[in-house]
Amino acid sequence: MGKKTPLYQIHIENNAKMIDFSGWDMPLHYGSQIQEHHQVRSNAGIFDVSHMTIIDIIGCQARKFLRYLLANDVNRLQEPGKALYSCMLNEQGGVLDDLIIYFMNEEHFRLVVNAATREKDMAWIQQQAQNFSVSIEERSDLAMLAVQGSQAPKKLLAILPKNFQNSVAKLKPFHATWNESLFIARTGYTGEDGFEIILANQIALDWANKIIAADILPIGMGARDTLRLEAGMNLYGSDMDENYSPLEAGLSWTVAFKPTDRDFIGRVPLEIQLKHGKHKIMLGLILQAKGILRNHQPVFVNEQQIGEITSGSFSPTLNTSIAFARLQAGEYQELTVKVRNKQLVAKVVKLPFVRHGKACY
Amino acid sequence: MSKIIDDLKYTDSHEWVRIEADGQVTIGITDHAQDLLGDIVFVELPEVGKQLAVKEVIGVLESVKSAEDLYTPVAGEVTAINELISEQPELLNNDPYGEAWLFKVNLANNNLEHLLDAKQYAELIAE
Repeated sequence: MGKKTPLYQIHIENNAKMIDFSGWDMPLHYGSQIQEHHQVRSNAGIFDVSHMTIIDIIGCQARKFLRYLLANDVNRLQEPGKALYSCMLNEQGGVLDDLIIYFMNEEHFRLVVNAATREKDMAWIQQQAQNFSVSIEERSDLAMLAVQGSQAPKKLLAILPKNFQNSVAKLKPFHATWNESLFIARTGYTGEDGFEIILANQIALDWANKIIAADILPIGMGARDTLRLEAGMNLYGSDMDENYSPLEAGLSWTVAFKPTDRDFIGRVPLEIQLKHGKHKIMLGLILQAKGILRNHQPVFVNEQQIGEITSGSFSPTLNTSIAFARLQAGEYQELTVKVRNKQLVAKVVKLPFVRHGKACY
Repeated sequence: MSKIIDDLKYTDSHEWVRIEADGQVTIGITDHAQDLLGDIVFVELPEVGKQLAVKEVIGVLESVKSAEDLYTPVAGEVTAINELISEQPELLNNDPYGEAWLFKVNLANNNLEHLLDAKQYAELIAE
């Protein structure tokens, strides 16, 4: 028996196939993960993401601390509600976790980190915070819902309190707003428009039921994975971990080397990697044959192995198999992947595969 | 509850076997198997004419989340494969005992004693 989110009852009522996910009982799907995938692309769905860890960083040195802790620069956050995606690195430049950080006010920033890395992250953050005047508070009193899909904004807005609708409707991507009970951000992990909502555990079930009643259907972790893969978004533990830097995980864009005088954990090894330019790279692959690409399958050029698949699955939108692969630096157009006992041809493409429901590679 | 058809034979690897009037057998996967796999998106079947040995891996069933070997429950020669399944693997989720049969075999011998009946299979998957 794992930990249960406040939405557990909804999963059971909707006949979810439950799985263990980092110690949490989470829904894999409610019947068909492919239908759920299409539901999000063409309409709207709600995901229970309450297993994710919310950490508040509070204190007068919150900004200063986070500029040291994270590879992206929190100085990019100047207006309250603005969000930033960043990696948190170890001293060697390896990725400890990826996270989203929200600027609440000058003495309060909010991090959302992965469920699987919760204990490691908390210990690391607390250790690094010792020389700063900040307090680190894990918010296990809060739940989190993602409402995603092309029709999600319209459908969600209709059920929000009248005096809150306008500020949510005006949200730009990677911005958040809040009232006394709901924190709503225009962020997500699907490549569709939509919101992530942080709210107290006690009101999460009622709100989820209200959202489902607005014809926003429950979507499981299975579809969440194929949606994020199509959207070109990394999964911690598969596409990146402590052995690889953000540069080797397709996340160079999230590392703020400027200003050059900002000291952040992992900066020096990353600068060395960048200078030598020989680090591994991450690319998108589309299988040109029948079959399914899977994590850890070896990738070849001219019969020589140059890397492996980090995330592979079936793309319901493209109706073929897609994957991310980590490879030796180089220019590639066509590769082969060893799928079971066959070498199958895959085309190299620029990520993402799908944006707003359409192929875009 | 997974559906089980009374007059079929079954295996512990979740295939079903139907003995046809002409002595051939038709093979598919059970409702329980498709439920375990989830949405099936790719199927590789043996070629017509291939000689199969009992319990040999003769193909693959891949769902969004995993790949599972396909075993033959009987020995013999493949006489037909269901071409429809290659185009519409989702039929395996919708109609595993009907439209989504997988392949037919001309038996090499009449040794089917290793197969389970419906009651034994029901007990197996209830465990």
